[in-house]
Amino acid sequence: MSYIWKQTIPAGGKWSGRIGRGKSVTFTAQESGANVSVLLYNIHDLTERYNMPDTLKAQHTAHLTKGHVLMSDNGRALASIISDTIGWHDTISGYTTRSLTHQKYGASTYQESRNEWRRNGEENFSMELLRNGLTARDIVPNLNLFSKVYCDEEGNMNFVSSHCKKGDFITLRTEMDLLFVLSNTPNPLDLRGTYPSVPIEITVDEAAPVSSDDYCLNFRPENKRAFENTWSYDLLLGNKTLSTI
Amino acid sequence: MAVFNRVESNRNIENAIYDETVLAGDGWMHELKPGQALRIIDIEGNQAADTLFFDAENLEDHYSAVSTIANQGNIYLSTGTVLLSQSGKELVKIVADTCGRHDTLGGACSAQSNTVRYAHDTLPMHNCRDTFMLQLSKYDSRYTKRDLAPNVNFFMNVPVTPSGGLTFDDGVSAPGYYVEMEAINPTLVLISNCPQLNNPCNNYNPTPIRLVIWDSL
Ligand SMILES: [Zn+2]
Repeated sequence: MSYIWKQTIPAGGKWSGRIGRGKSVTFTAQESGANVSVLLYNIHDLTERYNMPDTLKAQHTAHLTKGHVLMSDNGRALASIISDTIGWHDTISGYTTRSLTHQKYGASTYQESRNEWRRNGEENFSMELLRNGLTARDIVPNLNLFSKVYCDEEGNMNFVSSHCKKGDFITLRTEMDLLFVLSNTPNPLDLRGTYPSVPIEITVDEAAPVSSDDYCLNFRPENKRAFENTWSYDLLLGNKTLSTI
Repeated sequence: MAVFNRVESNRNIENAIYDETVLAGDGWMHELKPGQALRIIDIEGNQAADTLFFDAENLEDHYSAVSTIANQGNIYLSTGTVLLSQSGKELVKIVADTCGRHDTLGGACSAQSNTVRYAHDTLPMHNCRDTFMLQLSKYDSRYTKRDLAPNVNFFMNVPVTPSGGLTFDDGVSAPGYYVEMEAINPTLVLISNCPQLNNPCNNYNPTPIRLVIWDSL
């Protein structure tokens, strides 16, 4: 796979960075059982961020896969899922905290465990948000790439342990200039007794412009309107459009 | 079929310390002290009471939909649900509920999301996020759009299927149905009585809600 940038995030690790629009961002699980918690913000207006309810209700879905668009609280397309080998990514289960991680996997400190200490989503997010001028106040419901959590008829949430295989990947196409905040920490509903994060490889490449037959654009009429809102925004900012339509 | 958790309250409206009706499209913000109870009454049925909660001792700590549902392992709110803040603090607990199920995945309507869900020309229509922002701007100048976290939709039914679908159903609430919650810690409650005219759930007819508060028992 070609790329202009590559990075591996180890188990428990975190990363934040700005990725411009028109890029393809591929996350690949280096072992089975991966989970990477993701927050997304508009670089030019950090109060605009990924909105879980708007994304789900516009697309009548409770899970994310190829074709879905990740929408902001301002009705715009932040990124679209242009390929996915796994069929289901979670966005309703949140992120781990220090107390939850201690409770499930046992207390662990850097003093004792060095780089093997068990880090959590809330603290990883908080540090990377602060680095970018935000605070814990800006944490919103996140994506949990590679995790499947389904609900039964009574609404009980069920984590599927065997969902993610080694080599599974998902590719996001950035539709705006985005701040990514990543925490490679377990899904809070993961039932396994051992701390299950596995390394994630991220590669970034140039994406082809959005054409009129684009899968994500045509997935639902709602998606088309979210793209149109992003393109209007670009027009007013004086950005060159990324669409060929 | 889903199990609905219907539990009636022992509290009597004659003993209440506060009783107010909020019209469709209006907002309301009020602080609950620990032990105080708030009842939201769906006067005409199938109205959506879009509600946010804040830690009154730390305005930056808002309600967390995902922490609340992951903590109880169930996506629907009803009697027994403890509503948590972003930091994990216990804000309020639902103690009675004659509706039996409430949504917290569907979020609040906004001008921008209406353009995505319905049509670009819905942009000027009144919406819950505008109501939230007006109330927050009146309450404390420190509030900004950053504080608009995904909320609770009392009386709304948004079923999720095992195959990962999400739909908007109606018929769960009825005239006079209510939900009642007790504050565990000092909590600011922010309500937008939804003005949504595009949603078939309330038969395209938003209606008033009634808010009643009791002191701690
Ligand atoms: Zn609304």
